[in-house]
Amino acid sequence: MSNRLRKPCIAFAVPSMLLASGAAFAEYKLNFPEPVSPVTREVFDLHMMTATVALIIMVLVTIVIVYSIFKFRKSKDYQADQEFHNGWFGTWSWLFVPAIVLGIDLTIAGSASSTFDLIEDKTPADLTVKVTGSQWKWTYEYMEDDVKIVSSLLPKEEAGDLYLRTVDNPLVLPVDRRVRFLHTATDVLHAWWVPAIAVKKDSIPGYINETWTIIEKEGNYHGQCAENCGTGHAFMPIQVNAIAGDEFDKWMTEQKGLKLAKAAEAASGKVWQLAELMTKGEELYNKNCSACHKPDGSGIPPVFPALKGSAIAMGDISKHLDVVINGASGTAMAAWGKQLDDLDLAAIITYERNAWDNNTGDAVQPSDVKAAR
Amino acid sequence: MTAAASSEHYYVPEGSKWPIIGVIGIFLTVLGIVFSVNDITIGAYMSITGLLVIGYLFFGWFGDVIDESMSGKYSAQVDISFRQGMIWFITSEVFFFVAMFGALYYIRAISLPWLGGEGHLGSSNLLWEGFTATWPLLNTPGTEYTQVKEAMGAGGIPLYNTVILLSSGVTLTWAHHALKKGHHKQLIAGLATTISLGLIFFGFQAYEYYHAYDAMGLTLNSGIYGSTFYMLTGFHGMHVTIGTIMLMVILVRSIKGHFSSEKHFAFEAVAWYWHFVDVVWLGLYFFVYWL
Amino acid sequence: MSSTATHDDHHHAPPSGFGRWLFSTNHKDIGTMYLIFSLIMLFLGGSMAMLVRAELYFPGLQFLEPDLFNNMVTTHAIIMVFGVVMPAAAGMANWMIPLQIGAPDMALPRLNNLSFWLLPAAATLLILSIIVPFFGGGAPVNTGWTLYPPLSVQAGMGMDLLIFTLHVLGISSILAAINIVTTILNMRAPGLTMMKLPLFVWAWLFTAILLIMIMPALAGGVTMLLFDRHFGTSFFDAAGGGDPVLFQHLFWFFGHPEVYVLLLPSIGVLGIIVPTFARKPLFGYKSLVWGMGVLLLLGMVVWAHHQYTIGMSVAATNYFMIGTILISIPVGLMLFNFMFTMWRGAMTFETPMLFAISIILMFSFAGTTGVMLAVVPADLQYHDTYFVVAHFHYALIPGALFGLYAGVFYWLPKWTGHMYNETLGKIFFWWTTIGFNLTFFPQHFSGLAGMPRRIVDYSVQFVEFNQISSIGAFIFGLSHLLFVYIIIQTVRGGPKAGDMPWEGAQIGTPGLEWTLPSPPPFHSFETPPTVK
Ligand code: HEA
Ligand code: HEA
Ligand code: HEC
Ligand code: CUA
Ligand SMILES: [Cu+2]
Repeated sequence: MSNRLRKPCIAFAVPSMLLASGAAFAEYKLNFPEPVSPVTREVFDLHMMTATVALIIMVLVTIVIVYSIFKFRKSKDYQADQEFHNGWFGTWSWLFVPAIVLGIDLTIAGSASSTFDLIEDKTPADLTVKVTGSQWKWTYEYMEDDVKIVSSLLPKEEAGDLYLRTVDNPLVLPVDRRVRFLHTATDVLHAWWVPAIAVKKDSIPGYINETWTIIEKEGNYHGQCAENCGTGHAFMPIQVNAIAGDEFDKWMTEQKGLKLAKAAEAASGKVWQLAELMTKGEELYNKNCSACHKPDGSGIPPVFPALKGSAIAMGDISKHLDVVINGASGTAMAAWGKQLDDLDLAAIITYERNAWDNNTGDAVQPSDVKAAR
Repeated sequence: MTAAASSEHYYVPEGSKWPIIGVIGIFLTVLGIVFSVNDITIGAYMSITGLLVIGYLFFGWFGDVIDESMSGKYSAQVDISFRQGMIWFITSEVFFFVAMFGALYYIRAISLPWLGGEGHLGSSNLLWEGFTATWPLLNTPGTEYTQVKEAMGAGGIPLYNTVILLSSGVTLTWAHHALKKGHHKQLIAGLATTISLGLIFFGFQAYEYYHAYDAMGLTLNSGIYGSTFYMLTGFHGMHVTIGTIMLMVILVRSIKGHFSSEKHFAFEAVAWYWHFVDVVWLGLYFFVYWL
Repeated sequence: MSSTATHDDHHHAPPSGFGRWLFSTNHKDIGTMYLIFSLIMLFLGGSMAMLVRAELYFPGLQFLEPDLFNNMVTTHAIIMVFGVVMPAAAGMANWMIPLQIGAPDMALPRLNNLSFWLLPAAATLLILSIIVPFFGGGAPVNTGWTLYPPLSVQAGMGMDLLIFTLHVLGISSILAAINIVTTILNMRAPGLTMMKLPLFVWAWLFTAILLIMIMPALAGGVTMLLFDRHFGTSFFDAAGGGDPVLFQHLFWFFGHPEVYVLLLPSIGVLGIIVPTFARKPLFGYKSLVWGMGVLLLLGMVVWAHHQYTIGMSVAATNYFMIGTILISIPVGLMLFNFMFTMWRGAMTFETPMLFAISIILMFSFAGTTGVMLAVVPADLQYHDTYFVVAHFHYALIPGALFGLYAGVFYWLPKWTGHMYNETLGKIFFWWTTIGFNLTFFPQHFSGLAGMPRRIVDYSVQFVEFNQISSIGAFIFGLSHLLFVYIIIQTVRGGPKAGDMPWEGAQIGTPGLEWTLPSPPPFHSFETPPTVK
C-alpha cells in the first residue's frame, strides 16, 4: 500500500525530480528502465539532457509569468507601459529570441545526431536474430543456427504480476556479444521494443528493418509490441533472457537437438492415433488459435468465426486444410502453412474437428497436410 | 488588394436551398459507394440517385448564379471573390496531384530499390528472393498479383494525346482572344474545337485502357505499376471529363451571348481549369509514360 | 450600448423557422451552427474518452472488447480533431472575421452554408462506421485515427464509411478555407491594410492556406486505401511492389500541418485576449505574423517525425529531426511575444485571461516535450507510448481547445449581448485546468515506464498512473457540464453587455467588431466602415 501511494506522490513532486539521477527513477518506474546496452545508455543520457533543457525552459517561463502576474496587475495600480514594444527590446527581440532558441536547438540536434550514428552503426554482428511479428505473437529465428522460437503471451494464471509483460518462450540471448536484429512482420505492422536493450523499429510486412544491441548484464528484460496491430495488440509482450555466453552455447546445442528429434518424428511416416493428435492439438490450438477463435471454439463473432459447429470444421477436410494452410486473404486469418509444420497442423486440425462436440472422428495425418500444401 | 472597390454594395444572396441539396447528393453518393463496394445491392441505386441530385444541384445553383450575374447584381468586388475562390480551388487540386506524384516518386525512388535489396537496408531481399526492382515493374515480388506483359511506352497514343491536349490549350486561348475582341463566330469555333479535342483525348484514353487490359496485362491488379498508372491517369482523365463538361456549358452560354468582352468570369474560370488539366498532363506524360 | 440600434440598422429581419438555419447564407447564423455542432461533438468525443478512461481504470477487460476499445480511441480522435476543434475554430472565424474586417458577410455565403452542412453528413457517416460492425459489417475500425494499413485493409465496412467521412470532411474544410481566404483578402473595409488586421484574422488566413494545401493529401491517401481494399491495387502491399509506409507519408504530410491548423486559431485568439487584459498593445505584432508564416512553411516539410521508427535513411532522418526542432523558433517567438505583452501591462484576470495565461504555460510545456520527441534516438524509445499521448493532449487541449474556450468567454458578450457569470467562469477555469493536468501529467510517466498507446489492457505495474489519470479525466469531463450551463445561462439572460464589454479591447489592433452593438444586427456591415 505504501508503495502504491509513493509512486504517484513522487510523480507529482514537481518535475524537478527529473533532475535527479537516472537510477532513482528506474527504481520507481517513473522513467526508462536502467539501460544495459551501449545504445540505450546513450539514448538515456540524451533523454535526460533534453528533459533537463525542457525543465530549465519551463522554470524560466514560469518565473516570468508568475512575476508578471504579481507585479503588473491593475489591482496594484500598475500603469501599463504603452511604449514598451517600441523600446530597444521591442525593436530587436524578434532577432535575439530566435537566435538564443536556435543555439539551444543546434546543441540538442548535435548530440542527437551522434547518438543516431551509433544506432545506425553497421559493424558486423556475432549473432543475427530475425524477429517476425504476427498477429499476435513473435517468432525469433537464429539465422546462423537455423533455430526458431515462437513466443506468445503467458496466461494470467502463470504470469502473475508480470502478466502482459512475459511470455511462454522468451528470446534467449548471450551477454557481451553483438546481436543484430532483422525486423519484419507477416500480416500488419508491429514494433519490437525492449526499452532496456534496444530501441524500437517497426516490423513492416514485406520489408526488413535492422537494429542491434550488446547486452551488458544478465537478466530478464521485458517489453511490448509498440505498434497497433489490432485486436491482440495489448497481448503481445516480449521477454528477453540474457545469459552468459557459454550457457547460451549450451542452450543452443540443446535447441538444435530438439529440432532434429522433432524432424525425425515428423518424417517417420508414423500413423498417428486420434487421441495422440488431440492432446498435441489442444496445446497447439490454445497457443496459436485461441486468441481469436477462443479456447472453447466460440470465436468472437462476427469478426472471428466460431469453429464449434462451423461448416468448415465439420465438413470437407480439404476446405478446412485450405483455410488453415493458406489463410483467408483480406482477413486476420493468417496462412498458417508458413508458420507451422505438417505434424502441428495435422494435430490442430484434428483437434478442431473433434473438440467441442464437433466429433467428426477424423484423424488428419501429417501426410495429408503435406499433400494439401 | 481592392479594398477601395467595396464602397459599392456587396451582394449577399438570400437563403438558398442548393447547399442542402448538395449535402443530400453527396451523402447519397458516398453512402451508395460504400454499400456497393460491400456488395449491398441498393448501393448502386443510391449513388446514381446521389449523382443525379448533384447534377441537378449544379444546374440549379449555377443557374441562380447566372441569373444574378445577368441581372447585374454582382459588383466588381464579387467578381474578384469568384476569381480568388477559383484560384484557391485550383491550388487545392494542384496539391492533390502533388500528393499523387509524390506517391509515385516515393515508390520508385525509395520503396522499390529497398525491396530489391539496394541501399543501406538491403536485407529486404531475404524476403523476396530473386526479386529485382525495375521500373516499370512488370514482375511483382509476390505471386498473387497478375504480371504485366509489356510496359506502356511513350510513343503512340500518349504522344498523340499530348499533342491533342496542348493544341486544345491553344484553341481555347484563341477562343478567349476572340471573346475579348468580340468575334462571336471565332469564339464559338474555338470552343467547339477545344471540346472536340477533349473528346478525342477521352476516346484515345479509353482505347488505351482497353488495350492495356486486353493485350498488355496491365490492370489495377498487376501490382504497383498498374496501381500508380491507373491512379494518376484515371484522376487526370476524370478532370478532363469534368473540364469538357464545363466547356460544353460555356459553349452553350457563349451561343446564348452571356459573355461580354469585359465580363466573362465563368469563361475564364473554365479556361484556368483547362490549362491546369493541361499542365498536369505534361507532368503525367513525363513521369508516368516517359521516365 | 445600443440594443435599439439592432432594430433600425437593417431592413429585413432574419427568416424564421427551420429555413433560417437550413438555407442560411448569414455568417453569424452559420457561425452559431458551427459552434453548437462542435459542442455536441465535444460531448460525443468526450464520452468516448470517458469510456476509454473507464476501461483503463483497472487492468483487465471490463467494459470494452479490444476491438471496440480501439474503435472508441479512433473515433474519439477523429471527432475531437475534425468534429470539435476545427468546427469550433471555423465557427469563430465565421462569426468574427467579417465583423473584424468590416465586411457585410463572408465572400461566398452559399458555399459557406454547404461547408457547414457537410459536417452533420460526415458525422452521420462516422457514427454509422461505429454501428455497422454490430449488424454484420465485419471488424470494427481498430486502427487508431492514423488508419495505417495493412491493419486498415483488414477492417470491415466501417473502414469504408470512415474513408468517406474523411472525404466529406475534406471537402467541407477545403471549401470553408477557400471562403475564408477570399474573405480576408477581398472583403476588408477600405483603409484596413493587412498589417492592421487583428491577429485572429491573420491566424485564420494562414490556417486556411494550410488547409487548402494539406487536405488533398489525406484525400489521396484514403482513396488509395479504398482501392487497395476493394479494387485489387497494391499501393500498400509489398507483395505487389507497394509499401505500407507510403500511406504514413501521405497521412503525415497532412497530419503534421494539421496540428498547426488546430493550434493557429487559438494563437490568434490569444493575440487578441492578452493585449486586452494587459491593457497594452500586442508586443511584436509583426514578428507574430512572420512567425506564423515561417511556421506554415516549416510545418509543411517535417512530417516524417511521426515515423522515425520506420527505418528511413540517416540523411532523411537527420533532416526531419533538425527541421522539427527548428519549429521551436517561430513558436517560441510567439509565446515570448505573449509573455512580453503581459510584461509591464496592467493586468486583470477575467476568465479569458486566466485561460490565456495557463495556455502559455501549459503549451510551452507541450512544446518542450515536442522537442524531446523530435530528437530521433530518444523518440525511438518514446514513440507509441503514453509519453506521446501526454505530449499531444498537452498540445491539443491547452493549445487548441482552451484557446477556443477563451475565445468563447471573450466573445460571448458580443454574440449574445449578455455578460456571462464571471464567478462561474472562474470556477470552470480552475476546475478544467486542475482536471486536465491530473489526467495527462501522469501519462508522461506511464509512457516512460513503458506503457504503449492503444492498449486495452495493461500490466499491473502501470496501475497507479492510470487510476489517477482516469479520476482526473472524470473530473475534467464533468467540468464541461458547467461550461454548457454557463453558455445557456448567458444566452438566456444576464447583465447587458456594452458594445465593447472589455475595457482594454480597443488597444493595439482591435477589430471593427466593437463598433457594432452587442449582439450585432442580423446583417453586419451593410455599408463598409472606413478605417483611417
Ligand atoms: C496542437 C497540436 C500540436 C502541436 C502544436 C504540436 C507541436 C509539436 N509537436 Fe506534436 N503531436 C501532436 C500535436 C501537436 N504537436 C499530435 C496530435 C501528435 C500525435 C499524433 C499521433 O501519433 O496520433 C504529436 C506527435 C508528435 C511527435 C511524434 C511522436 C511519436 O509518435 O513518436 C513529435 C516528434 O517530433 C512531435 C513534435 C512536436 C514539436 C517539435 C512541436 C512544436 O511545434 C512545438 C514548438 C513549441 C515549443 C518548443 C514551445 C515554446 C518554445 C519555447 C518556450 C522556446 C524555447 C524552446 C526550446 C529551445 C526547446 N509531436
Ligand atoms: C483535440 C483533440 C483531443 C481532445 C480534446 C481530447 C480529449 C481527451 N482525450 Fe484524447 N486523443 C486525441 C485527441 C483529443 N483528445 C487523439 C488525436 C488521440 C489519438 C488517437 C489514436 O491513438 O489514434 C487521443 C487519444 C486518447 C487516449 C489514448 C488512448 C489510447 O492510446 O489507448 C486517451 C486516454 O486517456 C485520451 C483521453 C482523452 C480525455 C480524457 C480527453 C478529455 O479532454 C475529454 C473531456 C471532454 C468530455 C469528457 C466531454 C464532456 C463531458 C461529458 C460527456 C459529461 C459526462 C462526463 C462524465 C461521465 C465524467 N485520448
Ligand atoms: C488473428 C486472428 C486469428 C487467428 C490467430 C486464427 N484465426 Fe482462424 N480465422 C480468423 C478469421 C478472421 C477467420 C474468418 C476468415 C473469413 O472471413 O473467411 C478465420 C477462419 C478460420 C476457419 C474457417 C472457419 C469458418 O467457419 O469460416 C478455420 C477453420 C480457422 N480459422 C482455423 C484456425 C486455426 C487452425 C488457427 C490456428 C492455427 C487459427 N484459425 C488462428 C482469424 C484467426
Ligand atoms: Cu503487434 Cu501490436
Ligand atoms: Cu507532428
